[in-house]
Amino acid sequence: MSEIRNFTMNFGPQHPAAHGVLRLILELDGETVVRADPHVGLLHRATEKLAESKPFNHSIGYMDRLDYVSMMCNEHAYVMAIEKLLNIEAPERALWIRTMFDEITRILNHLMWIGSNALDLGAMAVFLYAFRERENLMDVYETVSGTRMHATYYRPGGVYRDLPEEMPRVAESRWRKGKDLERMNEWRQGSLLDFIEAFTDDFFDRVDDYETLLTDNRIWKQRTVGIGAVSPDRALQLGFTGPMLRGSGVEWDLRKKQPYAKYREVDFDIPVGSNGDCYDRYLVRVEEMRQSAKIIKQCIAWLRENPGQVIVRNFKVAPPKREEMKDDMEALIHHFKLFTEGYCVPEGETYASVEAPKGEFGCYMISDGANKPFRVHLRAPGYAHLSSMNEMAKGHMLADIAALIATQDIVFGEIDR
Amino acid sequence: MTQFSSRNQALAQSLSDILGERIASMTEHCGQLTVEIPRDHWLDAAWLLRDEPELAFEQALDLCGVDYLGYGDDEWETAEATGTGFSRAADELGPGRFSWAERPEAGEIQNRFAAVVHLLSLKHNRRLRLRCYAPDNEFPVLPSLIEVWNSVNWYEREAFDLYGIVFEGHPDLRRIMTDYGFIGHPFRKDFPLIGNVTVRYDEDKGRVVYEPVEIEPRVTVARVVRRDSRYVDEKLEGTGS
Repeated sequence: MSEIRNFTMNFGPQHPAAHGVLRLILELDGETVVRADPHVGLLHRATEKLAESKPFNHSIGYMDRLDYVSMMCNEHAYVMAIEKLLNIEAPERALWIRTMFDEITRILNHLMWIGSNALDLGAMAVFLYAFRERENLMDVYETVSGTRMHATYYRPGGVYRDLPEEMPRVAESRWRKGKDLERMNEWRQGSLLDFIEAFTDDFFDRVDDYETLLTDNRIWKQRTVGIGAVSPDRALQLGFTGPMLRGSGVEWDLRKKQPYAKYREVDFDIPVGSNGDCYDRYLVRVEEMRQSAKIIKQCIAWLRENPGQVIVRNFKVAPPKREEMKDDMEALIHHFKLFTEGYCVPEGETYASVEAPKGEFGCYMISDGANKPFRVHLRAPGYAHLSSMNEMAKGHMLADIAALIATQDIVFGEIDR
Repeated sequence: MTQFSSRNQALAQSLSDILGERIASMTEHCGQLTVEIPRDHWLDAAWLLRDEPELAFEQALDLCGVDYLGYGDDEWETAEATGTGFSRAADELGPGRFSWAERPEAGEIQNRFAAVVHLLSLKHNRRLRLRCYAPDNEFPVLPSLIEVWNSVNWYEREAFDLYGIVFEGHPDLRRIMTDYGFIGHPFRKDFPLIGNVTVRYDEDKGRVVYEPVEIEPRVTVARVVRRDSRYVDEKLEGTGS
């Protein structure tokens, strides 16, 4: 018999299922994975070091670029850390807006995840449907902040501006006309809130559609049931958070356990898995989308009833209105100081974390009293998840690697920072 | 024992009961407890923190390195009226403004490097921050916590890569973020923000080449420390710096 040896192969960094720039060195025994060694850092931009050389507010935009499919949740952690150090609190309406956009972001993230996960495992259709819905939420981002992805919408002390009264409509073009255009603009006749409400009302059926395509699909179950099972103890040891931890049956969600923004006042459930395999994590995330829609509806109801301030009137931190600057010297000075120098944050350190769609996204910040942070460290959930790849992949087949990367919901913006 | 806020009182009590002598200092800021542990007790304190049922910190969510070089320095003195304006002040070689050749000398500084860990106890729904200073600035070494919490694996690699803190007992302490064959520890405060070398593909040579960076340091806003009267009272209470 000829001598059989393990061989080593490169998965990525240009593999379509690697979700970005993951270079995975796999040691294979036949088709069985013996060892998986992820090489990360190909997208390292030193966000944390860049933040040290800029005034606090300049780095909010960098947070969007970390986990670039759950933009506002990253901003939320960063902004919360600054608020804690400054000892200020955003107005109530801003907190409700943040709660709503955190959940919109969660749906955005999970749509991206369900689409790409299904695509990785060979189901093309889900991707197309998921992106159809995602496009609507991108429009919501654009309407409120001016950009589809990198919003820079959350600011220390509130949010950049109030929700617009009008939802922009799709213009007629060679490709969008007649019945199609009418359908696209059907939800866009009123305000932004009207649009979000129409979307969420419809969204429950859309989630059912995805489930029809996947939940009882024989191929889907063959590819996910029993794959990458992690016991609750190991999940804790490996630093899992979010759906990865809940999929293993640990009931832990920061929105319930350590509520921030307005999560204490909304009603929702936390789905928990039992086997800790890819299929359970899939079920958890799908249910999370429904719960998110439920939270959004409650936020809409509150926001309709309660107009008010959306950012603190503390001009040491947030700029005064343009109109005020025209005839108020104080306002002009505040504006000038804020945009040339920023604000100084009192000496101290803090850690602020949010339940981002992928898990706990934390921001550890040290300030030495300057207008720039002394040290910012960002705790990205995906980093801990990917570091467990070796343990999760061991003994599985090569094809399951794609399922594992997909179930960890890897995004390299946050892992490499 | 100093007074802590009511929500941290119980935790502070059990920490000092169980860890006792192993605690160098315990401070509270923004409602969060920070415990400093000397290097010699770093590992056994970690075991106690995880295994004592009264503490039960099952998860280490985060570990990061910190370089305290230049803490509290500013580039623009504004104590009295100044003859040098904002832009002129910005010519000084403050953080992010120097290149590799003119990087500052790290002078005498006590406790330059530290590792900071964030723990979470699901059982008690509590968080805790630990800090451990590496005694030697030239060759910072700390014991690895990987046996206690497996999750610190990549975080320790990252702190080693970016700050050069060596974690004794880590089985696989390779660089993680930087390029293969990278020289230096880029997040140290005396490492230039613009970096040292650039990499590009050379058409003539038909391979990737490394060259010194060409870009100019470009930090637009000066670093300013202001003593804000609104926070003076808070500062007096001690902020754990």
